[in-house]
Amino acid sequence: MTSILELPVDEYMLPGNRSCAGCGLGIGLRYILKALEGKCVMTVPASCLTVLGGMYPVSSVSVPWINSVFPGTAAMASGVAAGLKALKKEDITVLAMAGDGGTYDIGIQALSGAAERNANFLFICYDNEAYMNTGTQRSGATPKGVKTTTTPIIGKMHSPKDMGQIMEAHRIPYVATTCVSYPTDLYDKVKKAREIYGLRYIHLCVPCPSGWQYDPQNTVTIGQLAVETGAVVLYEIENGVFRLTGRSRRLAKDGKLKPLTEYLSAQKRFGNISSDTLEELQEYINKRWEEFISKDKTLFE
Amino acid sequence: MTVLNNEKTISIYNNSSNPKAYPPGKHVLTGNQSAAIGAFLCGVQVIAAYPITPQSPVVEELSKFVEDGELSAEFVPVESEHSAMGVCIGASIAGARVFTATSANGLAYMCEQLHWASGSRLPIVMGCVNRAMAAPWSVLNDQQDSMSQRDAGWIQLFCRDNQEIIDTVIQAYRIAEKVYLPVMVCYDGYILSHTVMPLEVPDENKVKKFLPPYIPHTPIDINNPVNINPVTLGEPRYNANGVLCHGYMEHKYLHHKALRDSLNIIEEVDSEYKDTFGRSAGGLFSLYKTDDAEVVIVCAGSLSKMNILVVDMLREQNIPIGLVSLRSYRPFPNQKLSAALKNKKLILTIDKSLSYGYQGPICIDVKSCLFEAGISSIVISFIAGLGGRDIKPYEIAETAYDYWNKFLNNELNSENIYESQWINCKY
Ligand SMILES: Cc1ncc(C[n+]2csc(CCOP(=O)(O)OP(=O)(O)O)c2C)c(N)n1
Ligand code: SF4
Ligand SMILES: [Mg+2]
Repeated sequence: MTSILELPVDEYMLPGNRSCAGCGLGIGLRYILKALEGKCVMTVPASCLTVLGGMYPVSSVSVPWINSVFPGTAAMASGVAAGLKALKKEDITVLAMAGDGGTYDIGIQALSGAAERNANFLFICYDNEAYMNTGTQRSGATPKGVKTTTTPIIGKMHSPKDMGQIMEAHRIPYVATTCVSYPTDLYDKVKKAREIYGLRYIHLCVPCPSGWQYDPQNTVTIGQLAVETGAVVLYEIENGVFRLTGRSRRLAKDGKLKPLTEYLSAQKRFGNISSDTLEELQEYINKRWEEFISKDKTLFE
Repeated sequence: MTVLNNEKTISIYNNSSNPKAYPPGKHVLTGNQSAAIGAFLCGVQVIAAYPITPQSPVVEELSKFVEDGELSAEFVPVESEHSAMGVCIGASIAGARVFTATSANGLAYMCEQLHWASGSRLPIVMGCVNRAMAAPWSVLNDQQDSMSQRDAGWIQLFCRDNQEIIDTVIQAYRIAEKVYLPVMVCYDGYILSHTVMPLEVPDENKVKKFLPPYIPHTPIDINNPVNINPVTLGEPRYNANGVLCHGYMEHKYLHHKALRDSLNIIEEVDSEYKDTFGRSAGGLFSLYKTDDAEVVIVCAGSLSKMNILVVDMLREQNIPIGLVSLRSYRPFPNQKLSAALKNKKLILTIDKSLSYGYQGPICIDVKSCLFEAGISSIVISFIAGLGGRDIKPYEIAETAYDYWNKFLNNELNSENIYESQWINCKY
């Protein structure tokens, strides 16, 4: 595992971008581009990432970047990959990067099709657990109980999809989850994914101070709490082999999850969650955690 | 659109001859085969499509070429038309020559991508095998699908027969790559797509000479990174070097101007094609016996071919009739068309589609181009052949005969002028 001091010093994010103060997305993108050494072309749908990218005629990153219609990220990436292959210019990584809405909901059809064809690109879903760009509406990734602008009073009544499992079911060569609070975990996964042919899917937890309603200075802590409580679990599935990684691996080996309330109470979006829902969420997390531990055959090797 | 002045990517032709089964010369082929062979001859490098009747055989034919190894292109069997156009957009930005085809609901499903393709100024060529729009379901021909996408910023060319399909596909790449606009090659479902006709398949070597390699306007280059199509404000903005750059409106002006400028390019390309291959594919529009005509039919697509027969039939009855076959619907050749219709007393437009709540789209455009030219001929809107309703030459002939006589006898009433006339509608 790469240590923080070993990360390359080259930067591909230019000084200044249009995301909110404390946004986790910029942290994530910075390490993603480091891992790809800037040798990539991005396809990006309508989302906070579009905003971060900058308005014409200025840009906040120094890599080629192609904007896409909201549902079409994976289709455009397939096309860029096919075009580069036809022109024998395959030394550039095609990086499709979409929000949870652009992945779980409106983008799932194009992504599923591309995964079934094992199209040659890296898809990173950055998950801030709602439609942030349009003003924090619920998405298929929003946790149960969360207040959003379309679940304003009682909170979301449905549980989110498990996108990692959905992608795993496509039997693509690489599936991983990670979180911006653990930049080396993210870096190593992108670096590994870069070398693999076919569709690689990385799920990136991106805490969002505006939508999750916490103090912008706490982004890293919130992401760490997400992992330490098991709300987000870091793993990778390489050619079908499942491994917990990083902080989640250490917790599984010789630690124990923190109570979920520590994570939830740090964010106002969970403000009026009922004790029943809280209990249900904690039970779900415990059960899933056990499943992950028994799924990882490499843990106690 | 900023055209960057850096290293251009040159595409390479992958095929080196005609398909084995289709050497240069005479063949008897369907419209769909004709479109597929046209794309082959242009050396398309990426094909992405999703099946829909009556387009399916085009892509089946192309996938055969690819699996055979005759055409070394990437064939991307996408999960929807939305993605088909998405793949074409991505591949075209990457610098590949791309092809797709669709019909009706498939075209409608692409809608936001159609605007994205034209707004990105990509020279994508797409066959639109014209079919009626559901509901209710119909797989048969009319032209509601392409007419409904009239304002998506594409060039739309209509073909009269299968020869024009292959010729128009080849010309379409030449036009598209010159003006950086996508081109929809429209041809009638079944009537052309599934009907065999004799036609000449061009020689691949000649096509290569006619069609220079595709050079993308903004190549993907990690040493010169560009953010393509970011959020663009209404007002112009300064870039990091203090240069004032276009706002959204300037981009749209340039997009529109490119379409208007393509009026000349379409004509030039067709006449150069004629010099190279010995035949025109119909320019902006073509005229049949209009010189001395007093009544003129205006229509587009395969119906134009049939109407040659109608004109001949009526000429035998001494009706002074002529025909305008519209090939370029967008850009609309308003100035040239109104000049061709000058001094005509009665104009009969026949649309296989509707602008619901008003009249046929061709009619509306013909009227407006006559008005701007100060021509006050009477224009009558006919609607025919919706959802595959058969159109027989004698029906058109009788209708034209009837309306010409009504005109001569001053019998045209406001009902004839303000409302579309439905041919062979048994309501
Ligand atoms: C077809 C279509 N529907 C709706 C929209 C409006 N829209 C733009 S961004 C967005 C939400 C994006 O959410 P997500 O993908 O989670 O990214 P985030 O903004 O949260 O980073 C929506 C609904 C659109 N651009 N296109
Ligand atoms: S809304 Fe959230 S994800 Fe979007 S820019 Fe702001 S902090 Fe980042
Ligand atoms: Mg989101």
